[in-house]
Amino acid sequence: MTGYIIRRILFLIPTVLVISIIAFILMELPPGDFLTSYILQLESSGAQVSEAQIAALRARYGLDEPAYKRYFLWISGIVTRGDFGRSWNWNRPVVELIIERLPYTLVVSLVTMTFQYLVAIPIGIYSAVKRHSLFDYTFTTIGFLGLSVPSFILALILMFFAYTTFGTSIGGLFSAAYREAPWSFAKFVDLLKHIWIPMVVTGMSGSASLIRIMRGVMLDELGKDYIRTARSKGLRERVVIVKHAVRIAINPILSSVTWVLPQVISGGAITAIVLNLPTLGPLLLQSLITQDMFVAGGIILLLSTLTVIGSFISDLLLAWADPRITYD
Amino acid sequence: MATIQVVPEKEFQSLSQWQLMKRRFFQHKLAVAAMVVLILFYATAIFCEFIAPYKTTTRNSRYLYAPPQRIRFIDNEGNFSLRPFVYGYKKERDPVTWQEVYTPDPDLKLPIYFFVKGEPYRLFGLFDCDIHLFGIDRSPSEQMLFLLGSDELGRDLFSRVVYGTRISLSIGLIGVFLSLALGLILGGISAIFGGAVDFVIQRIIEIILSIPQIPLWMALSAALPASWSPLQIYFAITVVLSLVTWTNVARIARGKFLSIKESDFVSAARSMGASEWWNITRHLIPNFMSYILVQITLGIPGMILGETSLSFLGVGLRAPIVSWGVLLQQAQKMQVVAMRPWLLLPAAFVVLAVLSFNFVGDGLRDAADPHS
Repeated sequence: MTGYIIRRILFLIPTVLVISIIAFILMELPPGDFLTSYILQLESSGAQVSEAQIAALRARYGLDEPAYKRYFLWISGIVTRGDFGRSWNWNRPVVELIIERLPYTLVVSLVTMTFQYLVAIPIGIYSAVKRHSLFDYTFTTIGFLGLSVPSFILALILMFFAYTTFGTSIGGLFSAAYREAPWSFAKFVDLLKHIWIPMVVTGMSGSASLIRIMRGVMLDELGKDYIRTARSKGLRERVVIVKHAVRIAINPILSSVTWVLPQVISGGAITAIVLNLPTLGPLLLQSLITQDMFVAGGIILLLSTLTVIGSFISDLLLAWADPRITYD
Repeated sequence: MATIQVVPEKEFQSLSQWQLMKRRFFQHKLAVAAMVVLILFYATAIFCEFIAPYKTTTRNSRYLYAPPQRIRFIDNEGNFSLRPFVYGYKKERDPVTWQEVYTPDPDLKLPIYFFVKGEPYRLFGLFDCDIHLFGIDRSPSEQMLFLLGSDELGRDLFSRVVYGTRISLSIGLIGVFLSLALGLILGGISAIFGGAVDFVIQRIIEIILSIPQIPLWMALSAALPASWSPLQIYFAITVVLSLVTWTNVARIARGKFLSIKESDFVSAARSMGASEWWNITRHLIPNFMSYILVQITLGIPGMILGETSLSFLGVGLRAPIVSWGVLLQQAQKMQVVAMRPWLLLPAAFVVLAVLSFNFVGDGLRDAADPHS
């Protein structure tokens, strides 16, 4: 087991390395280098940019160097000094911008994931046990709808009804009164009042697929011989379902973290843009549109690394929960 | 007794795999209904110039943000007419908010004619034509038919949705075929060569899958040069969408390829002296076809949602191209939408199309899987 964990950790390193190269390529993709747009921006705001200043900036970011050297400049700054570069738009270090928004991104993602599993596992089990019941049909239909209504449309519709019935905007994570306030119990309550909207909106489609998986696996397991054996031993139905069938059927759900996490982060990004949340999604969109590429590259690198670590944890969970997996 | 049992069995065995699939699919009522909806959608996409009463650019500056008109058969005096009609709008200013208010004008009855002469267009770029499926007579005043209301420039939203159907649905179709081609080729290579090739392809897939999809799409499409023509952007967005989604196809294709290669009936055929060609054309491909069909129908909604999301965010397709996502861009500002809820209507078309694809895909999957 220890050997397995060490091997998986060693495997993380090349993965993150390749991801950093992809993030760098994405930064390089837009035509022209970012300095051109920066200088244009400066000049349009009336500032004079001298040749010497331009040359200094070019040298500092190694713009005349070949791409691989610029990559090393970028990545070594991140690894050794935690320096993700500087944002042209905000005129601040990228790290500061990201750190402001990272905690909210993590909180919203984790709350959404918890919501998905808390909703999906019981409903999936119950639908399988009471197959073809009204409950089963109701949730199959809701599940289909959940898969078909994109999160941003759901967010738009919710916002529309909130706006027309209550006359308030439901966007953001805090009411205006608490946005700048220091942390207090009242602010926490205010957060709870807001966070359920992105949670439901982003979690809807994920829960729908998780319910389908849970129901499917449970149905497979309930038809197997060991369940019949358990029943014929005279075990109570509750024990048969919870201790036998669910124990096995939960494994695919544990391994689903691998795709649920990227989905939550991906869907969360677009929901956050519609709902105007202080998370990384809106910052990413803004930086991409204004070609503030150090910000965009940093965010993509960070979000991808997060999902890689997430799937690493889910592998460990699965290895711990399913003794049938061998580790050589 | 024995003869009664044998006859239907014989009849049953004579059905090919396709006939079996078709039979099972038609038992799934919801999937069949969804199929009808999809056929209507694609017919709309093909004949959009004919179905839309106006062009996407036709505007009526007198009627900005006009609400949808109700189709009526009975007028305010209670007279019934078989020919449907709408009331034209009277424009007034609200004395309090000073906003323009449109009220239906009972004196302005606009009958809706079918196969009516309207704006000229070129059908399929070949035939000059000016017949539209329906519309109002253009001679009285400057009235227009606004079945789904009009937008900020006074353009008919219904016509724009109809034209958007062509773009949104074709992007899904082309994108799915691209990702299918990529996925099948790379998944197949992975399964056939095995070893180091397999290892490398699988690791690439894992890495692409670990990058959150929408941020990756956003970054790729934001990088498209602003100077590109609408057509170039259209194809580039299709490529961007399929560059990410081929990974799922490749993974499943590889697994399926391996399991069929190792399956008993293929080994049996081989041991009986069947050639590789026979195995591939008679066993691998038929086994794959149903799977491919399911993948296509389940892959399209993801593509449509991808395009819609990107265009909605402003990094996908842009005007003058009209897609459902481009139309939804107007719905971004809540203050605007709260007064004009019909701007949200394109979302209903997105949901209906995606829901139908999901139902059809589900029906096909059940029909293709002999174990369900």
